[in-house]
Amino acid sequence: MDIFDKYSLPAARHEKVLKAGTDPFGVRMEELYSATEARVDGKRTILVGTNNYLGLTYDPLCMEAAIEAIRVHGTGTTGSRIANGTYATHVALERALATFLDKRSAMVFPTGYQANLGILSGLAGANDVILLDADSHASIYDGCRLSGATLVRFRHNDPADLDKRLARLGGDDRCKLVVVEGIYSMLGDRAPLREFAEVKRSHGAYLLVDEAHSLGVLGDHGRGVAEEQGIEHEVDFVVGTFSKSLGAVGGFGASSHPKFDVLRYCSRPYMFTASASPSNVASVLAALREIERRPDLRRRLWANARALFDGVVAAGFEVCAEMSPVIALRMKDEETAIYAWNRLLERGVYVNLALPPGTPNGACLLRASVSAAHTPEQIAEVIARFGALAEDLAALERAAGARIPARL
Amino acid sequence: MEPEVESPEIDSIVSDLCDMLQRYNKEQIALGAETSLSSELNIDSVEVMDLIMEIEDKFDIDIPINLISDVETVADLARLVHERMKGG
Repeated sequence: MDIFDKYSLPAARHEKVLKAGTDPFGVRMEELYSATEARVDGKRTILVGTNNYLGLTYDPLCMEAAIEAIRVHGTGTTGSRIANGTYATHVALERALATFLDKRSAMVFPTGYQANLGILSGLAGANDVILLDADSHASIYDGCRLSGATLVRFRHNDPADLDKRLARLGGDDRCKLVVVEGIYSMLGDRAPLREFAEVKRSHGAYLLVDEAHSLGVLGDHGRGVAEEQGIEHEVDFVVGTFSKSLGAVGGFGASSHPKFDVLRYCSRPYMFTASASPSNVASVLAALREIERRPDLRRRLWANARALFDGVVAAGFEVCAEMSPVIALRMKDEETAIYAWNRLLERGVYVNLALPPGTPNGACLLRASVSAAHTPEQIAEVIARFGALAEDLAALERAAGARIPARL
Repeated sequence: MEPEVESPEIDSIVSDLCDMLQRYNKEQIALGAETSLSSELNIDSVEVMDLIMEIEDKFDIDIPINLISDVETVADLARLVHERMKGG
């Protein structure tokens, strides 16, 4: 018995993927040219799968802030927030986030994954119940498991189903925490938050919204789906990440609950990890200012989303959800998805390949995400390359159709 | 070891579950109390959770997903359903 034997099924599946071409889970960005282009396998490639919604990774103000922070504060803090790892800039970023979100307090984590781990496992305990949307991100599932709470899953984006499951729990005195996301990462669909808020209110539950893909993207000020739907005051806890619209690494939790800061000495994922690096903190502070100062970034992002969405629909692809900066194209099966992903990469377009169980309902997807930094020319080029892919796929279908009678 | 004696209620739940599992039975194998969900039906982690939601609705119970890590066979699942129906 080998210690890795338990992974024989996924390992065999990965072997099969490798035979079809490039390893989709091991793509190497050999050189970055900008927020939207890199050299991959020696080829200049347009990046359409980076979640870099506002393109701020190469924003001059964010880059200068990060460089200056390294000069002044060094490369790392070498300590946790409860020891030597809290610098004045960590506190300043937390204040800026709280102000931006209009919440009383915010806590910063070194990654978005850890933010969900720390907030969920900190908020809920063994005597609480978490009701989570079925399509929640892995970091939400992991945070929920770490909490030790009773976990009840409700049907994706279905407030009536949540209502039914809350009612089934009965009116006991356990605390109930409802967890949803703003924009869902795989399909790009968004939560009916207003309806969810009504349900949570009627059952006296708490509501946590992960705005990872919606912060900087939705709402007049970019505060996310809760702002867009006008129900920010109903959201008890917000979680978010710095690694998408804010162009860096890290995450946060924010709340107006007066006791929220108790998590600073009760949430283990917050306490027992080194704090975010000074350069990261500095660039995120600058990125927050950019989001506030430049609503044009959001307008460009949505114009690009509209153009790519319309382009791939016109090319004959099935898009899984309403138009958003996440555009997921449904492939008919895993083999087709892997084939299509490779053909696109050969044509110099990088998107994410998303396969079950990482996707809802067994979907096999080419997942594109657009950026405000894409130029109209790049979007047009990407659409043309998707058009060529559609022809490849049609030829594949014809060949498969021709093969069947031959076998009969 | 003697085979466990199951109650008639559990037998009936097993038969209901086998019906529900047909949707996941890609290879059309014969389903019974001892069928393994992961190794024989190849149901992945997300499919198991989807199945649990269907079961919750069919039997009008809640089955917290923390309780499913020990479930391997259809009989394990039936015992869990039975327990939750009794208000476990």
